Parts: sequence; structure tokens; C-alpha cells
Amino acid sequence: MLIKKSPATSGGRHLSRTLAQTLASATGVTVDRRAFLRSSGIAAGGAALASALPFGMVKKADAATPAAPAGAPVKQVKSVCTHCSVGCTVIAEVQNGVWIGQEPGFDSPINLGSHCAKGASVREHAHGERRLRYPMKMVDGKWTRVGWDQAITEIGDKLLAIREKSGPDSVFWLGSAKHSNEQAYLFRKFAALWGTNNVDHQARICHSTTVAGVANVWGYGAMTNSYNDIQKSRAMFFIGSNAAEAHPVAMLHVLKAKEQNNAPLIVADPRFTRTAAKADEYIRFRPGTDVALVWGILWHVFENGWEDKDYIAKRVYGMDDIRAEVAKWTPAEVERVTGVPGSQLKRVARTLASNRPGTLVWCMGGTQHHIGNNNTRAYCVLQLALGNIGVSGGGTNIFRGHDNVQGATDFGVTSDSLPGYYGLAEGAWKHWARVWDVSYDSLLKRFGSKALMESTGIPVSRWFDGVLEAKENMDQPNPLKGMVFWGHAPNSQVRLPDMKKAMEALELLVVVDPYPTMTAVLSDRKNDFYLLPAATQFETSGSATASNRSVQWREKIVEPLFESKTDHEIMYLFAKKFGFAEDLCKAIKVNGNEPLIEDITREWNRGMWSVGYTGQSPERIKLHMQHQATFDRTTLRANGGPCDGDYFGLPWPCWGTPEIKHPGSANLYDPSLPVAEGGGAFRARFGVERNGVTLLAEGSYPEGSAIKDGYPEVTMAMLQKLGFDTDLTAEELAVIQKIGGDKIGTVSWTTDLSGGIQRVAIKHGLNPPGNAKARCVAWNFPDPVPIHREPLYTPRRDLVASYPTYKDTKSWRLPTLYKSIQDRDVSKEYPIILTSGRLVEYEGGGDETRSNPWLAELQQDMFVEINPFDANNAGIKDGQMVWVEGAEKGRVKVKAMVTERVGRGVAFMPFHFGGVYQGQDLRSKYPAGADPIVLGEAANTATTYGYDSVTQMQETKTTLCRIQSA
Amino acid sequence: MARMKFLCDAERCIECNACVTACKNENEVPWGINRRRVVTINDGKPGERTISVACMHCSDAPCKAVCPVDCFYQTDEGVVLHNKDLCIGCGYCFYACPFGAPQYPQAGNFGSRGKMDKCTFCSGGPEIDNSDAEFKKYGRNRLAEGKLPLCAEMCSTKALLAGDADMVSAIYRERVVARGFGSGAWGWGTAYQTRSGQERDRSAGGGMFQGTGGPGPNPGAIPGAGGGMPTQKQGL
Repeated sequence: MLIKKSPATSGGRHLSRTLAQTLASATGVTVDRRAFLRSSGIAAGGAALASALPFGMVKKADAATPAAPAGAPVKQVKSVCTHCSVGCTVIAEVQNGVWIGQEPGFDSPINLGSHCAKGASVREHAHGERRLRYPMKMVDGKWTRVGWDQAITEIGDKLLAIREKSGPDSVFWLGSAKHSNEQAYLFRKFAALWGTNNVDHQARICHSTTVAGVANVWGYGAMTNSYNDIQKSRAMFFIGSNAAEAHPVAMLHVLKAKEQNNAPLIVADPRFTRTAAKADEYIRFRPGTDVALVWGILWHVFENGWEDKDYIAKRVYGMDDIRAEVAKWTPAEVERVTGVPGSQLKRVARTLASNRPGTLVWCMGGTQHHIGNNNTRAYCVLQLALGNIGVSGGGTNIFRGHDNVQGATDFGVTSDSLPGYYGLAEGAWKHWARVWDVSYDSLLKRFGSKALMESTGIPVSRWFDGVLEAKENMDQPNPLKGMVFWGHAPNSQVRLPDMKKAMEALELLVVVDPYPTMTAVLSDRKNDFYLLPAATQFETSGSATASNRSVQWREKIVEPLFESKTDHEIMYLFAKKFGFAEDLCKAIKVNGNEPLIEDITREWNRGMWSVGYTGQSPERIKLHMQHQATFDRTTLRANGGPCDGDYFGLPWPCWGTPEIKHPGSANLYDPSLPVAEGGGAFRARFGVERNGVTLLAEGSYPEGSAIKDGYPEVTMAMLQKLGFDTDLTAEELAVIQKIGGDKIGTVSWTTDLSGGIQRVAIKHGLNPPGNAKARCVAWNFPDPVPIHREPLYTPRRDLVASYPTYKDTKSWRLPTLYKSIQDRDVSKEYPIILTSGRLVEYEGGGDETRSNPWLAELQQDMFVEINPFDANNAGIKDGQMVWVEGAEKGRVKVKAMVTERVGRGVAFMPFHFGGVYQGQDLRSKYPAGADPIVLGEAANTATTYGYDSVTQMQETKTTLCRIQSA
Repeated sequence: MARMKFLCDAERCIECNACVTACKNENEVPWGINRRRVVTINDGKPGERTISVACMHCSDAPCKAVCPVDCFYQTDEGVVLHNKDLCIGCGYCFYACPFGAPQYPQAGNFGSRGKMDKCTFCSGGPEIDNSDAEFKKYGRNRLAEGKLPLCAEMCSTKALLAGDADMVSAIYRERVVARGFGSGAWGWGTAYQTRSGQERDRSAGGGMFQGTGGPGPNPGAIPGAGGGMPTQKQGL
């Protein structure tokens, strides 16, 4: 029998894990893999990889390769995965500046060492085979390498010329959910100093209807509890969420609840997803009928008196209006609209009613509809009726998509608000002018007009309409002429054929990204087109906010690869070119051209009072990352250690200054805890009464509250009335007086830069945003009570008369069509409903993940799922190529996957593919060596018009198509 | 002495492929070779189940029994390893293996497949522990560093467990007690020859790859308590 060639190192094999790990880091026994990195078989891995060889350039990482001394110290660096919003800790092993190994972060209370396929492969960044290596300029249709100086100068000059000729609003600054909080904040400030609200990011097309919908029910548009808190749920209802693929590590907590609590898992989705495969009850329903389905469940709840009457009386406004609407949704009508039998929904209603607290989870399946805001509010109302909000184990656990989309939303990379949801009114600008230490007047001068400064900009979902629309139909002086894609894939947006036209009509197109993205190849532009290489988040440091509002800190793992630069450095370079670098970084130290990240954190700490992003100083966040093991894996609360009592990552709201040491809020609106310990109440955001009915809570208040009833948001006037103003220190009072002038009473918890009002309120057990009822009726919305409306492209023409869409309107500076689209009946030519979604291996537009060989190998073909019934009717066989043509004539040539995963009359395509357009392979158009390994048709070439009535969310989840053999 | 085993809990596996990419990442396995893969049955239908499969490091390993050059050996911890210097790429082990574990870098006949490659339970091969030669031929030797296979350590839902059989069993037992006996521990009957498991496997139509019917194999008797390498971090 064979044995080791020499005796195994004594003892090594039977050491306990911890001891061995300690030894490994102390003695450097970890294998030296640099030589292997150099000779690894990646480039030899098949034809798809043959073009991977870089042309003449050696990456920085390799440059240091040859002389790695054996046993060079291996450093462990902690970061956070940059894919979805779960926030999994990544432990990198770095030797001589090279990322050589990835270890599980067992100490993280969020992921406990776990990863999905994407997280387990992030070390591929160290290879960077398909990265954009240096600034590129398109010259007469050819990509040409240029230097950074030339790129910044030329792009800057062109943007300034557009600004001069057409005004600042003719440039669109498209930011990113991949930015850190600091970069996102700086980006929004950058756009403000440029003088436009035409700034937006991925949140618009992922959860904008959630943020707006949910915030208009109870105050904040975010996940109310946490992934970990699901462990306490007694029932779990997923609707339009495929967590097993989109948020795999969330399933760690979900399956724990299923196992330990015997909590039933109910999945409602048009597709039998991998999440549904784990469900106790699967509800297949027609895409775009969420409101009808939820009202169908609620009908049984009301019918049987299963609602939580005491909770509703104390904490909910407007449930009677809901009752009136729900009464119309009899089991027969629900079945007619959704296709779900009443008997199943009665069973679901009983399950939810008899297993409380229960959580409700939704994602893009609910949000991406032209009535997305109705859907999200309907989900909230169901949870309110069951009394499931503001309790551990309950909540609306809205899983956000990108690693920092929550943070980027909070920091206002949106065309309708400044950081912290302050909005765009004069008061908001004055608040941020104070924080930035720039005069309001100087900001005003940067804009085209005061009206433009205070009006919402064009959303990312419509940017190409902002280019193509006639000037006279728009609410801004000129159409868009310059477009900057700063960390955003184009193929995640609908109507790619229209976007292609817009890209070609622009005067200037710029991409700032670690990868070229499909933007580099989609259009037929020949000139005035630049690609700038950005560093990834593993090549810089900064904070990111996970879906559960926990803020985590990333340390820099490796230096930026090739010639890439960090996003904040690129912003600074442009600010210098535009002449506002000093205003951008007034209180921020700049090293060379790189603003100091920690100083940016401290600056937003001084301004984000409205969300409670003020207590998370860089020191506190870093301390949490260092002592992850001390946090409880269910409650997220530290038990002993230097963070004792804090919730992991200080989930916002973390009130007051860092010095008052608020622990953060694990679960929103939870009155069972004092505010000082993370308790809270629904936000008093909509006034104190409506038509003579109170909007304030009745008989419900956070533990230890000085006021044993509801109250409005806390202002200086309120503190004075209560006599609590005497608790303010002299310094706090001085700041408040300076802000308020002769109207000191109007200074509130959101505008007091001293934090004194929040501190004093909390001292008396008061919730700074007030103590109100959640409202079921959003009277400021097009549909105050959420109602069902048929999708713009519906196969059910018989329902259009009863459930029509909106009238055509004008919003967000652009005409927005509803009725004129729906009136056109195309259901004969396009009989199949088309919907879209995620795959576990890829993320977003997929440029990064399709460039990673470890992931690309697992999904090599773009495909469409078709039910066997429809496939047989169309003569389509499994595995053959088909044309999927959308109702607006965009066509994609993809592989057919015949499967019962989709129901009859429904087809599904993943949206991560790109680089092939209407049958044409665009590989040759990428800069050499920067083409993703796997290319495929973009699903959104075939998707169509349709935008949410409140937020302009795109309607990707319900449109029509036809499928034919190719 | 610890006995190293894998267990994939089909009630928890969500087909996320973390195990597959973790393996690629840790061992720098080239494109086209998959030491571990995720297998789905009833794809897209009620009853859909997935399991992560690699070399199970069987007690009486069929690959070892059929190898004409006797290149396999089993460590004291039960890990089945092989010597690539001896391997002639004949492919017998591939036919013998009930799990499809052996992989070859090339396609072709008459010994032109190249040296066989398979999961090593992250414990290298006959070369000196953690040597460059060992890493190049077999990948990383985590066991020698006191760590467990990365596929299991990174599993998104802790479905894939690896480590000392007693600890793995203890974690799995706790789950079974909580949720009741289900489809359970795929492949255990085949790999570890508990009598009932073996019989069920056969009656269900043989290998797990057929997926033709019947419930999953019986995980069989779960061993009792004992010492060994701690794996408690895998439990949730």
C-alpha cells in the first residue's frame, strides 16, 4: 500500500482547527501557491478561454510573481462579498500583495462562513483575466489605449462643452449599487456640485417600488428585520423572491426556521423556483396579479376574523378602506384573475394566521411592475392585518439585490432625493449645504434654475427616453447629450433596441467600470466614447450596508489591478477638472488624488440624522468587524466583549452621535424594547390626523417611553413644551440656535446637527421620528388603496375593461404612457407571457461573473424556459435554438429549455447575459482581452415599455412574446 | 482515529454551486474538470432535490479494487487518495465508481485520457505535505493545515458536511430529530455499506444518478459519539 513519500509533518493532521490556524498564520506553513497561480490551467481550459491571453500587458499581480520567498508571511484580510445584499464576510489570504487564498468567515454572524457560488469564487479578482486594464478611447470605431490624464482632460472638456451649450441637466450621472457608502455619498454630492438631479442607480430598477411603497406605509423603505431574525419566524411567505438563487445564504436562516420551528414555507411565484422546491406550499399564479392574490388571502383572513384586531386598533390607520376593496376579491374572482383556487388560498390564510409571527419576503417578482408600488403596499397591509410588523420573527423582509444597494439608496444616489431621503426641497438643500460647509447660493448657481434644482430628475429606467424625446415634451431645457455609466450594466434595463439608438444619438458616452460591460459593444458609435477602468471594492476600503441595514467595513485586499483607480479617486479627478474639488472635499483629507474614506464616513455621520446613519463611526464599524464572533447568531446582539449590547453592524437607525453609543436597531418599529436599546415605533411622517381621524398610535409606545401614547416627530418646540429642552447642553443649544435662528422651535431631529434633540428624546424613551400608526391608505399615490390593474401587455384582454391601467401622463420630466400601450391588443401575435429573473452563478448584467471562469463554466448558454405544452404546440424541442420576439419586436436567439418549471403560457429568461444582440455575436467589439468568457443574448432586448406610476420602475416581470424555432 | 466522511443533506441543498466554485478556487482546478458537482433530480417539478457529489471516500472503495496499477491508497482517516505518477489513465476507476468521481483532463481512447483527477478531501496526495509538487498535482492539503475541505466549509446552507464521521452524524442527527426523518443523507448507503442502505439503494434502481424513482437512500445507522476533529462550526 502506498504511503506518503516522506512522513507527514508530525502533529499537523490532528491539530484542532483553531490551533492549526493559529500555527499556520504564525509559522507561515500555508502553501505557497504563487508558482501555481502563474502556471494554472485556466488559460488552457477550452476554446472559450483561448482568447483570454492578454496582449502584451502583464498585470500588476503577476509583475511581482517570480521571486516569492517561500514562507513569506500570509496576511488575512477581512472584506465583504460584492455580489448580493446578504453581506457575507470574505476572508482573503494575501502574500506579497497577491490574493492567494480564500477562507470561510466563520465568525460572521450573518453568513457563518457560508457562501454561494459567487461568494466562493471572489478570489478570481486576483487573476483579473478579463478586466478592463487601462483607459480606452474609441477612435473611428477602434478601441485605443490612452492615459488617465488625456482621458480626464478630453472627457472633462466635452462635458463642460455640453454643460455650456445645453445646461448641466443634459448630462446624466448614472451611479452604482456597487459603490461603497462613502463613494455613493460622494457621487451624490458630486452630482449636486455639477448641478443636476439627473443622477440615479440600480435601486430604481430593483426595489424603488419597495422603498417608496413601504416608506409610505410606515416610514422607512427597507427590510424591517434581518436575515438572522427569520430564524424566529413561525411561518415564512415568499412572493416574487427566489432566494435560493438570488440570496442563497439567506436560505441558511430560512431552512433553520423550517427545521427548528417547523415553520411552514409558502412560496408564491409564477415559476416553480429552487426556493419553491424547498416549500411546504407552492402557489403558482399569473405574473402581474400580486394585488389580487394578496387580497384573495386577506379575504379569507377577514372572512374568518383572523386579523389581529387589537394591533390594528392601536397601530394601523385605514384598514377599513382595505376591507372595502378586499370584499370585492371573492375566491371566484381571485381565481378568475390569478388562476389560484380559493381552497388553496384559504389554506394559506389559515397557515399564516395560525403561525405567528410570520415573515413576508419579496423581491423583483413583486417590484418590477407598472403597479409595483401597489404590490409592495399590499404585502405590507397583509402583514399589518396579521400583526406581524414590529415583532421579532415577523416583518417584511425585503431582500435587496446588490451588496450595497441599500446604502446607495440611503445615500441618495437617486434622482428624487439628496442623501438620507431629505428630498429636494429648499430645506433639504440648506441642510446639506450646512453639512458640506458650502453656501446654499453657490449650490443654486450650479443648477439651471431653482425649479430644476427642486424637481426630480430623469430616472435611470428612462434615461434613453431623455435622449430621444423631443425637447418640447420634456420638463428640462434640453435632452440628454452626455451619459456616464459609472458601475451599471445596460442589459439590466428594458428596451435595449431603444437604448442602442440613444447611445448612438449621444454626444458623449463614458463607462467607468472594472469591466467594459455591454455598453462597450451595444452601440455602433465610432467616436466620443470612453472606457475608464475602476477598481473593485476588494481593491479599496469602505463601508457597505447589507439588506438588514447592518453596516460592515471592507479592508483593502489588494492594490488596484492594472491601471484601474478607485471610484472616489476618479470622482476627485473629475471634480478637479470641473473646478469644484475643493467644495467636494472641504472636510475630507485628500492623499494625492484619493479622498480619505474614513473622513467621508465622518462627514455623512454629521448629516444623515433622518435615517440614523449618524452613530456608525468608522471606528465603531471596524470594531464590530474585528469582534464578529461576539455577536449572537440569531439576535445579532453582542454578548460581552468590546461591543457588548450593540447589534452587529449597528443596523440603522443608529441614533445620535457615535458618542452616545446607540446599539442600532435590529428590528424596525419594535415597541417591546426601549428606543435606547434599538426599539422604535412607526414613523409620524404623514401628519397627525386625516379627515378628523388620528394618525398617531393609540395605546402603543416603545418600552420606557415618557409619553404613553402616540406623538408626532420630535422637534425643538416639542422638547420645549415637554420641558425636556433643559437637558440640552450649551453646545447643543448653540448649534440648534444657529440653525433655527428666530424660529428655533422648527429645528427637528432631522436638521439638528448637534444630535442634541435625538439624544434628549431617547433619554426620555421617545422615538425621534415619532410614534404613529402605519397607514394602509397612501392618499398621495395614484392608487391610495392598492388595487389590481392588468399589465400593459396582458394576454387577458377580457380583464382589461374591469382592471384598466392608468391614463397616459407626464412624470419625472418625461411623457409616460399607460393606456395607449395597453389599448393596443397584441395578444394574438404575442400569446406567451415573458418574465425574467436571476441565476445563482451570475449577478446583475453579469459582466463580472461571466468573466470569472469558475462561474462561467457552470452556465455557458443563454436560454428560455418554456412549458412542454407551449413547446409542443410550437414544435419546439428541448435544447434547440429559438427566436423569442418581444411585443415591441426586439428579438433574441436563445436555447430552448423545455420544463414544467414555468406554467402553461409563461416563458422565463435570465437577464445576466449580454454581448450578443438579435443574433449577432459582438465579441469582436470588446477591447481585446476584456471580453467576458460567456456571452449571450440579453433578455432585455425583448422586453418592453411599462413604468411604475410612482417610481418609474420598469415592468420586466410581465410582458408578452412569441417563440419560434430558429 | 477520526474517520473522514462527506454528507450532503438533501433537505438543505439548494443547488447554489458554492461547493463547486470553492473547490475550483481552492485547488485551482482547470476548466472542464469538476471534482465536485451538483446533481438535480426532478428538475423544475415538485419533488425537485439536489445533492452535491464528489468522491465519497468509500470504506471499501471500488476504484481501489479495480485499479490495474494499484495507484489508490486510503489514509488512516479513511480518505481515498491516488498517485498520479502511477496512474495510467485507463478509466477503470471511472466505471467502478458509483458517484462518477474520477475525471480526466483529456478525452480519447487507448490511455490518452491523461492522469485521473478527483476530490482528495482537500488532503493532497503522496507528495510531501503542503509541498509545491503536491499542490500542482493534487491541490491544496487543508487537512494537514488542520482545516476541512473548503466545499463543505463554504456550503451556503450547511447542507454539505465534511469531517469526522461522528461529528457529521451528530450534526445531522440533530436536524433529523428536529424535522423528522426525510430524504436525508444521499449516498451514505452506497458509500459506507450500512446494510439497510445498500439494500434500499439496489431496490431503488441503483445509483443516485439515475434518479428514476423512490425515495433517497437510507442514511443508515448513525454512529455514536466519539472524538475527532471538531466540526461544530458547520452546525447551525
